[in-house]
Amino acid sequence: MIKAILIFNNHGKPRFSKFYQPYSEDTQWQIIRETFHLVSKRDENVCNFLEGGLLIGESDNKLIYRHYATLYFVFCVDSSESELGILDLIQVFVKTLDKCFENICELDLIFHVDKVPNILAEMVMGGMVLETNMNEIVTQIDAQNKLEKSEAGLVGAPARAVSAVKNMNLPEIPRNINIGDISIKVPNLPSFK
Amino acid sequence: MALKMVKGSIDRMFDKNLQDLVRGIRNHKEDEAKYISQCIDEIKQELKQDNIAVKANAVCKLTYLQMLGYDISWAAFNIIEVMSASKFTFKRIGYLAASQCFHEGTDVIMLTTNQIRKDLSSPSQYDTGVALTGLSCFVTPDLARDLANDIMTLMSHTKPYIRKKAVLIMYKVFLKYPESLRPAFPRLKEKLEDPDPGVQSAAVNVICELARRNPKNYLSLAPLFFKLMTSSTNNWVLIKIIKLFGALTPLEPRLGKKLIEPLTNLIHSTSAMSLLYECVNTVIAVLISLSSGMPNHSASIQLCVQKLRILIEDSDQNLKYLGLLAMSKILRTHPKSVQAHKDLVLQCLDDKDESIRLRALDLLYGMVSKKNLMEIVKKLMTHVDKAEGTTYRDELLTKIIDICSQSNYQHITNFEWYISILVELTRLEGTRHGHLIAAQMLDVAIRVKAIRRFAVSQMSALLDSAHLVASSTQRSGICEVLYAAAWICGEFSEHLQEPQQTLEAMLRPKVTTLPGHIQAVYVQNVVKLYAAILQQKERAADTQAAQEVTQLLVEQLPQFVQSADLEAQERASCILQLVKHVQKLQARDVPVAEEVSALFAGELNPVAPKAQKKVPVPEGLDLDAWINEPLSDSESEDEKPKAIFHDEEPRHAKQRPPEADEQELARRREARKQEQANNPFYIKSSPSPQKRYQDAPGVDHIPVVQIDLSVPLKVPGMPMSDQYVKLEEERRHRQRLEKDKRKRKKRERERRGARRHSSLHTESDEDITPAQRVDIVTEEMPENALPSDEDDKDPNDPYRALDIDLDKPLADSEKLPVQKHRDAETSKSPERQDIAVVEKKSKKPKRKEKKHKEKEREKKKKEAEKGVDLDFWLSTTPPAATPAPEEPGVNAAVASPKEEQEEPRGEEQDAAEDGEQDLEKKPSKHKKKKHKKDKEERSKDQKKSKKRAPPREGEAEPVENGALDEEPLPPMSSYSLLAENSYIKMTYDVQGSLQKDSQVTVSVVLENQSSSFLKNMELNVLDSLNARLARPEGSSVHDGVPVPFQLPPGISNEAQFVFTIQSIVTAQKLKGTLSFIAKNDEGSTHEKLDFKLHFTCTSYLVTTPCYSDAFAKLLESGDLSMSSVKVDGISMSFQNLLAKICFHHHFSVVERVDSCASMYSRSIQGHHVCLLVKKGEKSVSVDGKCSDSTLLSNVLEEMKETLAKC
Repeated sequence: MIKAILIFNNHGKPRFSKFYQPYSEDTQWQIIRETFHLVSKRDENVCNFLEGGLLIGESDNKLIYRHYATLYFVFCVDSSESELGILDLIQVFVKTLDKCFENICELDLIFHVDKVPNILAEMVMGGMVLETNMNEIVTQIDAQNKLEKSEAGLVGAPARAVSAVKNMNLPEIPRNINIGDISIKVPNLPSFK
Repeated sequence: MALKMVKGSIDRMFDKNLQDLVRGIRNHKEDEAKYISQCIDEIKQELKQDNIAVKANAVCKLTYLQMLGYDISWAAFNIIEVMSASKFTFKRIGYLAASQCFHEGTDVIMLTTNQIRKDLSSPSQYDTGVALTGLSCFVTPDLARDLANDIMTLMSHTKPYIRKKAVLIMYKVFLKYPESLRPAFPRLKEKLEDPDPGVQSAAVNVICELARRNPKNYLSLAPLFFKLMTSSTNNWVLIKIIKLFGALTPLEPRLGKKLIEPLTNLIHSTSAMSLLYECVNTVIAVLISLSSGMPNHSASIQLCVQKLRILIEDSDQNLKYLGLLAMSKILRTHPKSVQAHKDLVLQCLDDKDESIRLRALDLLYGMVSKKNLMEIVKKLMTHVDKAEGTTYRDELLTKIIDICSQSNYQHITNFEWYISILVELTRLEGTRHGHLIAAQMLDVAIRVKAIRRFAVSQMSALLDSAHLVASSTQRSGICEVLYAAAWICGEFSEHLQEPQQTLEAMLRPKVTTLPGHIQAVYVQNVVKLYAAILQQKERAADTQAAQEVTQLLVEQLPQFVQSADLEAQERASCILQLVKHVQKLQARDVPVAEEVSALFAGELNPVAPKAQKKVPVPEGLDLDAWINEPLSDSESEDEKPKAIFHDEEPRHAKQRPPEADEQELARRREARKQEQANNPFYIKSSPSPQKRYQDAPGVDHIPVVQIDLSVPLKVPGMPMSDQYVKLEEERRHRQRLEKDKRKRKKRERERRGARRHSSLHTESDEDITPAQRVDIVTEEMPENALPSDEDDKDPNDPYRALDIDLDKPLADSEKLPVQKHRDAETSKSPERQDIAVVEKKSKKPKRKEKKHKEKEREKKKKEAEKGVDLDFWLSTTPPAATPAPEEPGVNAAVASPKEEQEEPRGEEQDAAEDGEQDLEKKPSKHKKKKHKKDKEERSKDQKKSKKRAPPREGEAEPVENGALDEEPLPPMSSYSLLAENSYIKMTYDVQGSLQKDSQVTVSVVLENQSSSFLKNMELNVLDSLNARLARPEGSSVHDGVPVPFQLPPGISNEAQFVFTIQSIVTAQKLKGTLSFIAKNDEGSTHEKLDFKLHFTCTSYLVTTPCYSDAFAKLLESGDLSMSSVKVDGISMSFQNLLAKICFHHHFSVVERVDSCASMYSRSIQGHHVCLLVKKGEKSVSVDGKCSDSTLLSNVLEEMKETLAKC
């Protein structure tokens, strides 16, 4: 079971969090902070596993994380998950984000954070891995986006126009906070089917 | 209308959307909290509006704020409003918000039930999907109960997208509503063979998660999972299954034996590290579960260790970490094979990665021996000095203690060294493990008598410098050692050199800053010291000094009387009075020392940790019985006091029936455990495992080495453990010399007879005699203590509720609750349940009891059956060893009692007795015993149930679907001989899969029968128009496919080849050749082996379950052509016959009535094949219907051949 999925940046600013066990907002916040402290201390070329028993309940919990340029992707899992498998799942997750946002950068996560849970929902459900095939995930997400667009139809037009106007001053914000090389791979780990 | 909507949305465009909110927060970095509270006010306004789009927007923003740590539970009702919006866009926002903030305590959650049900049955798959996803996060017991049936229906939805989500969410439903597990399980099991890989993977996921918690209930699924393991190519599924097997093997060692071969094959062949790693892990689990009886045992361990070494040596830190992790599992049972890699482990200890160092530390535990303990600990001590983080340092500390104290201090040769190590550890700053060190000090001082003098001297030094230890609050953890120091100095005060000095140290004013419980120990031990000093002084007739000591106490004790800690205060005031009394006596020159020391006469023995728990319950004492009858529980009865004397009494009597049946007892036991767990005053057993002791009787015979005087007994200040390392080396050297001398002497007088005790082990390691004996004062245990190591399970564990027997048949009362007004229009198949519920409601409660007994009986029967099935499967020899087809004789012998026993279920009650006798005859011994026990009880039941004339309902109903009485069959004996020569033997099996409509996989087991090494094996076939071997890209049709392994002599391994088939309606043969190089001492030769690969039509069929209603529709449709065969002279039982057809021809039983059964299967290209099998006196007729007549006639021909062999 996956207990929690956290995304935060190099400075510990949470960009996305999903807990599969109920915690109060305060505890969630604390968990994110603690996790950041644990993870950010680690060098680039050490292993991606951390025993985080103190954090979320049971002692057989592990933190499995990956660091892409400015962002940390952390999965907290228990012993029923395969460590290398989860590493691969993170890779699939990031690749899927990359595909859905077309070259994802941290800003996408900042301004469109509402889309992330929808993408994640196609991969992980209630803490269990639902789908690992990226094409299948992307197909389902596209279909839902299409549905959403068709629903917006006429009524959505003015809102879209306004948001386009609002976004006109967006380019001021540098768009170069790229997530970087997504194709970091664990050697010898062929991708899953 | 449209105008209004447009107007509404124009208003709306000036509302903040999520992007605006995010932008706003970023622009208000200084007063973020203020800005957000403003936004929340705005959101509250928006939520009040009628426009659902505005509401959805507001909820969307709230979800974001929730992620930033703001509580949004106040908006729960609005969230539900948005959830019930008709548009998918809004619905999704609503469900997302709900999944973020709803939990079991949310009160409005019960309002969602109907909305969710509506969404689940929505025609849009995405509405359903969103509802399922949301529900998976906030399902409550109520929701689970109300929606279980709806979700179960969705498990058979036409869209795989919904199916996989429904399957996955069932796990959450089971957790919250355990009663749903049994009714839903057959369908879940079915999904393991779903044509969609996603659904299959979800089902595997759920069952693995269930089985992980309660593995024994899932043992019967082992054959099915075994089949999946050998056929699946999805690494995710494989990993899960292999992990599951890891959990199952400890329960059934025979399963392990069966697994080892395919797993080793996987290890050899897979290129995915993740899969390799899990295989190694499970092989380790298998090896642990097996006793050392296996011949190939050491080879498998070697393979694992060798593969792990490769992982550890890898430059990838992740693999290194996992390698060490798995290595530590091997260590537990096979320390020798790991010890060989000591170099590697020590090397990892210096790794820059903390996670890796921690794992290496774990391994060290098994690496130590008498020889190298000091050296390793010394290394660890330097790490302790260097370590920067407290976590790692604390871990080091516990590991040092673990290593040293393991198996009763087995590796420690010099306890003075150990004590000084412990003392050195007290200098650690900020450790949390002061109590651990203290416990070690106490333990060693108590149990190693010879060391007491030294320990006391060290402890008094420690007390002297207590200010160092206890100076800052930051070091609060470490001051625990003072507890031990004070106690040791007090208890063994006779060894103290300068008791007076220690006494003064313990009475310093600083002491009052220590924690209360330590002060209390101080007070108590001050008196012990005082007693010792008094005695010493009186013996020396130094009354002056004795009175001075008393005076000191009278002056200093009041500071403890004022202590904030009650315990310290109480003891101090008590003792102060005592000392004052002594002072009075002393003034009159009365000798008091004897009497004071009598207070502490006698020795304290250590008590085993579980001793309390193991006190046996005396005979005749019933802990469950009430001491007094409990007052009647309903308070309303108080309102009518009259009743107490008349009506009440009989009711009381009823409340406690004299003979509570087993279930009742179990229930009560459960309740009691629950109560105990919640009762703070109930003493729970400590989790520490009971230590095993070396047999100590030989203490006198073993030469206790005199403590060498060169060892400084009184080290001024703090000792350095390093000194001991050198001293120890010298000592060992001397000892060796001495021993040699003694040996020589011994040889001279050999008649002294055999030496008791094997103190002269073959290993040189054992030759090192410890400087001090652990004079084991065995921890005390009560007489006739029970040896039970009963589970220390947490009664509050949510997974315990899921410990449910899944093999007993469903009772009517177990059906899932269904909403009555709904008609099940989605699929017809689950309808049976609806009927059952109606039936249940019409039943009278009186019959419940009978039914319950009925259930019990059936359960027992089923259990026995299950045992036999699994036994049967497990007893078949592993595939590669003897891949010959099973002998029908054996099959019949084992299976026949099963059949006889199944028959009576459909007959009159009396017949059940026969079935029971059959049970008694069963070959499996352990079952037999159990049955005998049950027999009496059951015959009682039987008498009762005989009175009931009509058999239970549903009996006339044919056993349907195969799901309930499906029995696992040996999957591997379908291998048949392909070709054989003096070098190699090939056996093969052809399997199709529903996912690929024109492909079959041929698994070939290659067994090296020669003494040569076979390599460069290559398989090639002559493709026909219809069938082609799938070759690697870029190779021509004449190239062979290399076999991905080599074969050492006597080894077998399995290779898989994929063939593409155009038309599957006819059988065909392909000619092929296996070429290889055989290499032996004389040289190598090129060899060839020709074979003919036979693709039967049967091999294109895939076992697919089918509901009887769907089956009936299929037959009615009239699209199928018909054909039939008849075979005479069959003596085999019908049950076995069906099993044979199912197994060899990949059919599943749809329905069976007496000696007639309908069966179904599907080809990989989607042809339906339906059979009606009828058994006459000595003949069997098979009528078939199929969408392709050629296929049908071919299949029937093949079947005729199989049946003719029966």
